[in-house]
Amino acid sequence: MIDFELEPQVVNRLKMYRMVSEQMMRPISRDCDEHEHVKPTQFYESMWSASAMAEVQVGNDKDKAGDGAKADAGPKLRNLYTVLSTEELCWGDAGLFLSTPNAGLGGAAVMAAGTAEQKERFLKRFREGKPKWGAMAITEPGCGSDSAAVTTTATRDGDHWVINGTKIFCTAGEMAAEKSEGFVVVWATVDKSAGRAGIKPFVVEHNTPGMDVVRVENKLGIRASDTAAIVFDNCRVPFDHLLGSAEVKREGGFKDVMATFDATRPIVAAMAIGVGRAALDFVRDFLKEQKVAIRYGISPRRLTTIERDFMEMEVQLQAARLLTWRAAWMLDLGKRNSLEASMAKAKAGLAVTLITQKAVELLGPIGYSRKHLVEKWMRDAKINDIFEGTQQINMIIIARRILGYSSKELN
Amino acid sequence: MIDFELSEEQQMIRDSVGGFAREEIRAAARPADESGIIPPELVAKAWQFGLVSGAIPEQFGGGGDARSAVTGAIVAEELAFGDFAIALHVLAPRLFAFPILEMGTDEQRAKFLKHFCGADFAAATAAIMEPRFDFDLTAMQTIAKRDGAGFILDGIKCNVPLASESNNILVYAATDAGKGFAGVDAFIINRNARDAPGVTISEREKNMGLKALATYELTLNDCRVDADARLGGDKGIDFSRLMSESRVAFAAMGVGVANAAYEYARDYAKERKAFGVPIATKQAIAFILADMAIEIDASRLLIWEAAAKLDKGGDALKESYLAKNYVAASALKITDNAVQVLGGHGYIREHPVEMWLRNARGLAAIDGIATV
Repeated sequence: MIDFELEPQVVNRLKMYRMVSEQMMRPISRDCDEHEHVKPTQFYESMWSASAMAEVQVGNDKDKAGDGAKADAGPKLRNLYTVLSTEELCWGDAGLFLSTPNAGLGGAAVMAAGTAEQKERFLKRFREGKPKWGAMAITEPGCGSDSAAVTTTATRDGDHWVINGTKIFCTAGEMAAEKSEGFVVVWATVDKSAGRAGIKPFVVEHNTPGMDVVRVENKLGIRASDTAAIVFDNCRVPFDHLLGSAEVKREGGFKDVMATFDATRPIVAAMAIGVGRAALDFVRDFLKEQKVAIRYGISPRRLTTIERDFMEMEVQLQAARLLTWRAAWMLDLGKRNSLEASMAKAKAGLAVTLITQKAVELLGPIGYSRKHLVEKWMRDAKINDIFEGTQQINMIIIARRILGYSSKELN
Repeated sequence: MIDFELSEEQQMIRDSVGGFAREEIRAAARPADESGIIPPELVAKAWQFGLVSGAIPEQFGGGGDARSAVTGAIVAEELAFGDFAIALHVLAPRLFAFPILEMGTDEQRAKFLKHFCGADFAAATAAIMEPRFDFDLTAMQTIAKRDGAGFILDGIKCNVPLASESNNILVYAATDAGKGFAGVDAFIINRNARDAPGVTISEREKNMGLKALATYELTLNDCRVDADARLGGDKGIDFSRLMSESRVAFAAMGVGVANAAYEYARDYAKERKAFGVPIATKQAIAFILADMAIEIDASRLLIWEAAAKLDKGGDALKESYLAKNYVAASALKITDNAVQVLGGHGYIREHPVEMWLRNARGLAAIDGIATV
């Protein structure tokens, strides 16, 4: 039965995230953006100890990790709920959201590819002690969206794997690799001749010799989040740090991993939507203050340019949001959602890029000024059209699926 | 609670109406566009789905089904997937029957609803639009002035579907100019034997698209009606809600047209070869198709959201307005791109895509000619 209304229980829980956004993120937003590599440690501590952590830990599935009590208290549609809470927190600050201590994408990879024992062993740390980060290293200088082309190698040497290669664009890489007791999941090939089937994920513990953060990038936006370049130089990890099976099969393996994007793409879309909503809310409040009315229901031919622009921003955001909810909801119901997840990601990335750019334009000098956050939101929003599969990669995925083409037929 | 799944009943309606639209309406679409004539047998067949009578209470001879804007949107989309103009024709009686059902007095309901529960198509319609570029639902220039117990109506309406064959027409007019939606009322004009005083119906209008749909200009000149002609009696109507319902239905039809164009272009692109490969294997074409698919889903979800809000009794003015404007743009872009994908073949009348482009353009130009 078609329904788009959130349950009161969910709405109430989202208010908690709104408070986090308003009280812990917005006040330090500007400062973290201006001082790119300075860590907001107090924010980390607060977020870590906050009970909200249970839901913030994207990919750290409490049900499966054995902490059932908290999950039981939550809503049944947990992917949908993650999407909703992500939007709420990114309304606060997308960079800080990404820098929040948790298992992150590394955790998502463990959840997707690891055995039950590995999940418990590697993820347990995120429920105790000091703040920790998990990160995933997949992109290389020579391969971005073409993630099957990784050249980093993992060679068997007795009870160990020896990893060699260079990874870039690793979100929270510095925090996971060196500044906390976290880990980095690195994707490397155990058999180059096997192509994508030979690519496996390995958990590399923090401060493992041979894993070095060689650079932390300077970025357009989401500056509160560290994006690291990591070199693996004869980096040895124990044999059982390979997630799942070491066997190279024609099917599965890497394919399963790409399926983790089905879960993460709606989250990235939700991040975009959070930033877009922040900009939209700012513009709405601003126009209200200036006594500029938005007249719904009149002939579109009588609307002012500002009204048209504002309504366009509003409806684009809602279109992206509904696609995102659908993709997450499908996952909750156990339906295959690759197409819908890519649709949500592609739409949200583009929509929010346009919405935030339009917000700057509409507000003129006020939008462009660093006195306000609007210009920052425009910079923050852009990453959503790029990471976790660029706009173009997602369009290819969508096109292949609607046309029934393989990657060979449409590339 | 968030749910993206149709109910079993909605699924059934979608399948049955959709099947009929794909097979029979589609086959009739091009000849109807060229000749301006919709085969009466086809209309009769559509009527058998109970598109109007289904929602009319059993006491008046109807099916007594609960009205649902979501179900209405699904039906509208499916019918328009077959053909937009034919969909508007077969649903036109809703323009009259549903406002009476929803907002009429007991007397009005008893008097008129039974007409729609017979075996034969019962033409009826509503006059909303006015022939001005800046026509606005909230600032109508058709005026209804009190005259003793009754009213006198003056003004010019256009895009009135089936006006010539309808005895019952609901005319919307401002009773309190300056009050926006709240200042608009509707009046039942029964032009039995075509001699209602003060009502003139023009020759059939000629439009760029939706050519199979017969529409007319309607002139009201000192048209006197009794007090009981006012829809809803003293309490009047909720015009904003009626227009929200209309926008949802009209937008849903836009998605139907867009989806027709998308599927056609997609299949064509997989067949058509250039440089030895299907053109769909080229990113330039594949991305256009992917964008169509995204926009169709986004459009449909926006419509369903507005419809679901209406079904809960909420005020969906904003949602339906934004959804309709969104679809007016997305359906145009999608049908335009379908022509583009077919290239020269899209421009000739042998293929339906040029017709869909002409039909889709109507969404931005017209309001209020569809009611859920």
